[in-house]
Amino acid sequence: MNYQPPVYNGFETVIGLEVHAQLSTNSKLFSSSPNSYGDAPNRNINPVCTAQPGTLPVLNRKAVEFAVKAALATNCVVNPVSVFSRKNYFYPDLPKGYQISQFDLPIAEHGKLEIEFEDQDGKPATKEVGITRIHMEEDAGKSAHMAGYSLVDLNRAGTPLIEIVSEPDFRSPFEAVAYLKKLHSILQYAEVCDGNMQEGNFRCDANISVRPIGQKELGTRAEIKNVNSFRFVEKAIEYEIYRQIGVLQGGGTVVQETRLYDSAKNITNSMRSKEDAMDYRYFSEPDLPPLRLDPEWIQELSKALPERADDKAKRFVAELGIPEYDAKVITGDKTLASFYEEAVQYSENSPKLVSNWVMGDILRKLKETESEIADSPIKAADLGGLVVLINGGKISSKIAKTVFEDMWDTGKSPSVIVEEKGLTQVFDEGTIHKVVEAVIEANPKQAEEYRGGKEKLLGFFVGQVMKEMKGKGNPELINKLIKEVLKS
Amino acid sequence: MTLPRHEFTKSWEWKSRIDAGDISAKAVVEEYLGRIEKDSTNSFISVNADAALKAAEIYDPAIGKAKPLAGTPVALKDALITKGLKTTAGSKILENYIPPYNGTVVTKVDDGGLINLGKLNMDEFAMGSSGESSAFGRTKLPQDESRVPGGSSSGPAAAVAGNLSPISLGTDTGGSIRQPASFCGVVGMKPTYGRVSRYGVVAFASSLDQVGPFALDSMDCALAMETISGFDEMDSTSAQMRVPAYGDAVQFLREDAARREKFSKSLRIGIPKQYFKEGLDAEVRTSVETSVELLKFNGASVVEIDLPHSEYALAVYCVVAVSEASANLARYDGVRFGLREMPAEEKTSLDQMYEASRGVGFGEEVKRRILLGTFALSSGYYDAYFKKACQVRALVVQGFHKAFKHCDVILGPTTPTPSFVSGGKKDPLQMYLNDIYTVPVNLAGLPALSMPCGETKSGLPIGLQVVGPAFSEQVLLETCASLEFLLDKKG
Repeated sequence: MNYQPPVYNGFETVIGLEVHAQLSTNSKLFSSSPNSYGDAPNRNINPVCTAQPGTLPVLNRKAVEFAVKAALATNCVVNPVSVFSRKNYFYPDLPKGYQISQFDLPIAEHGKLEIEFEDQDGKPATKEVGITRIHMEEDAGKSAHMAGYSLVDLNRAGTPLIEIVSEPDFRSPFEAVAYLKKLHSILQYAEVCDGNMQEGNFRCDANISVRPIGQKELGTRAEIKNVNSFRFVEKAIEYEIYRQIGVLQGGGTVVQETRLYDSAKNITNSMRSKEDAMDYRYFSEPDLPPLRLDPEWIQELSKALPERADDKAKRFVAELGIPEYDAKVITGDKTLASFYEEAVQYSENSPKLVSNWVMGDILRKLKETESEIADSPIKAADLGGLVVLINGGKISSKIAKTVFEDMWDTGKSPSVIVEEKGLTQVFDEGTIHKVVEAVIEANPKQAEEYRGGKEKLLGFFVGQVMKEMKGKGNPELINKLIKEVLKS
Repeated sequence: MTLPRHEFTKSWEWKSRIDAGDISAKAVVEEYLGRIEKDSTNSFISVNADAALKAAEIYDPAIGKAKPLAGTPVALKDALITKGLKTTAGSKILENYIPPYNGTVVTKVDDGGLINLGKLNMDEFAMGSSGESSAFGRTKLPQDESRVPGGSSSGPAAAVAGNLSPISLGTDTGGSIRQPASFCGVVGMKPTYGRVSRYGVVAFASSLDQVGPFALDSMDCALAMETISGFDEMDSTSAQMRVPAYGDAVQFLREDAARREKFSKSLRIGIPKQYFKEGLDAEVRTSVETSVELLKFNGASVVEIDLPHSEYALAVYCVVAVSEASANLARYDGVRFGLREMPAEEKTSLDQMYEASRGVGFGEEVKRRILLGTFALSSGYYDAYFKKACQVRALVVQGFHKAFKHCDVILGPTTPTPSFVSGGKKDPLQMYLNDIYTVPVNLAGLPALSMPCGETKSGLPIGLQVVGPAFSEQVLLETCASLEFLLDKKG
């Protein structure tokens, strides 16, 4: 594992990441309004989240609990005292004219994660990266800009967020993505963030700089804001690395600025330079006393933390006997892991076979249909049922493939499909025998060659018989009977 | 110049007459509404006549008896959020703002059966010490209309002093209850920070603001305090402390000479030497010293105390208050409620809309303080101003803490001078000096009240400030009741 980070035309890159993760609490961070996505505009609001004069924030205990869980799951030190601050700026979707955030004293600091990835040569590598801090803050609302006017939806205003700030420990886009995937999975496993990137549950800002190999001091960085897919993060960073190297090699200097990624053109564009950077005039929030956390409560949360992905993968290997690679892939997504575990429960103890189906057909289908496991038309129990039918010899593996396709298309259980379509395997020797004789009779040339010693042709006959029987014949019996008939 | 005292009826007096059936709650409300109609002090911004009459009409003494002020009128500073009733905070930017909810204090007043006569004038966003910065015209001192009633709770003080409401509620950030109470010759109390909920109080400086009552005597003040105090889960800075029966405490002292004597004899009074230096009006000084002598004569012990950081308190206050205000007033942006001004240009940018709305909506003093606060929090200045102010604030708190090891209450003048002539203080700094004795109390979050302790030769009221340790409101009210008794006997 002697990982050497990539060199880009004599330069190396230094990347730090800031992730905003929405906490999946029922209500908002400082008010009782529902924290829910996709409702009609300005429904989930009340006097507090619209910043009516005289309203005050009241901290959501559940959000604190979720933030602490996230901190524990990322090996952070939870601060016994943390402080909320006001971050001041004007924008129509920021109702108070300030965002309540944490500044000097965040809820947690000094975390670390071990990331695994494939290096530039495709070799597996690992690396430990630092998490500087996690702080709590409220989300802003959403603005929609129309021709000549703008609309504001405050449903999202006040949604609880944690911002997870990494150390500048990444030296390549693939390390950055490995970290984001790991963090995404950890937050899902800790049951604090839904992690739906389309809905903006999990958003990423990347700070990128480059420096000539051997240079100690960091180069000037650019920040890329709000990239919301792993693929785009990787592409945006890659683009930015080469853009900055191009600037330096052309004799220019990199400007400290905020940039936006344009996924259609795969480029980044300047949004605002450091000179335009806002002075947020942070000061401690007088409406909220410092947040004091009882160490015993933190201990309790730590004990009650749901199983982590790594632990689950280890358990799958040890208890279910599936390969380490399968276990890693399956536990990479918490919902997939739950799906797998449930399917195993219904499989009459065939974890390996279930794993094959999940790793193969299920993942292929999800990729083809660009959907998530949560949307799978096949229920975990039915996948387990399919495996039982195969193991019990009710259907052949080949038939199972068609049954699987039907299950995906119709959502029906495998036994219903097998019943309806009459796909049950044929074990009757007499029936198979007749077909075998007919096939041999129809292929005299091949039969002659087989008898002459070309035993490879057995497969040809099996295939022909299977075809005749529409895949329903029991393969062992077919094999046995062909051999018998050809010998005679 | 002095108003005829006999015309004044206290809330507790109205209460006993209403519940005894001598007069109806409606007749009382009608009486006050009639006076409000003839008012020339500009104490009210909105009169709640119809709703008040309706509430008075359905008042049932059989039910209301249990509540000490049920059936009696009250009026509210226009910084207190009232559902469905215009709440302006004295600003043009909220000229037509009708809140969708009730503040906690307003709910408590409703639950207490009090009848809201209307909303009272104030310095814009509670920024002022004279009642002159209101967008709805200046409030006048009832005793002499060429003079100011103090501020920012100008309306609440003038309404009680002018007999337009027996009690009223105001807010105090740096003296905004005590200073006008002193100018108008009424009792005004600023409770301990956290004693009364701030939910539904238009914020000026969140770490300093507190709601409190104006009244004609300690008894009404105590009953009003009982009504509005208590923990509120909607205000994270409100205190989970039991609310004492303030009314009973005052009543016991009034009725029982032995208790009065016992109270006076055990009372340890602290006199801060810093409060009797240059700048203090001679007549104010004499009145305050006479009151202290009266208490001393009746057995109280008097010690001189040291509040070493008081000279910095005003500077600290200015920085902290304007900084918090600069953020608190950011929500008045023309987007969701309040005034929205669009410049004449065909194409208006967002910034232009902000500038126009806030430019037209805010008055001069408010703009000055927003600018100062924005400056004090700016990067590069934060350490020198805001951070330093917070550090010195901690020293002010410590100073009080040490002082209260030697005394139960601190007595001194509420303000350096009595009421001044309107337009007389053009220099903002001269205006801020009005609050020199009151701001340290807000910085330390302590309870304090101002009570009338005499008059100048020309008949202007003089106020005495009583400050106590956190949550010592009862002792302050008892001190007030004792001194009221002694001053009455004397005068």
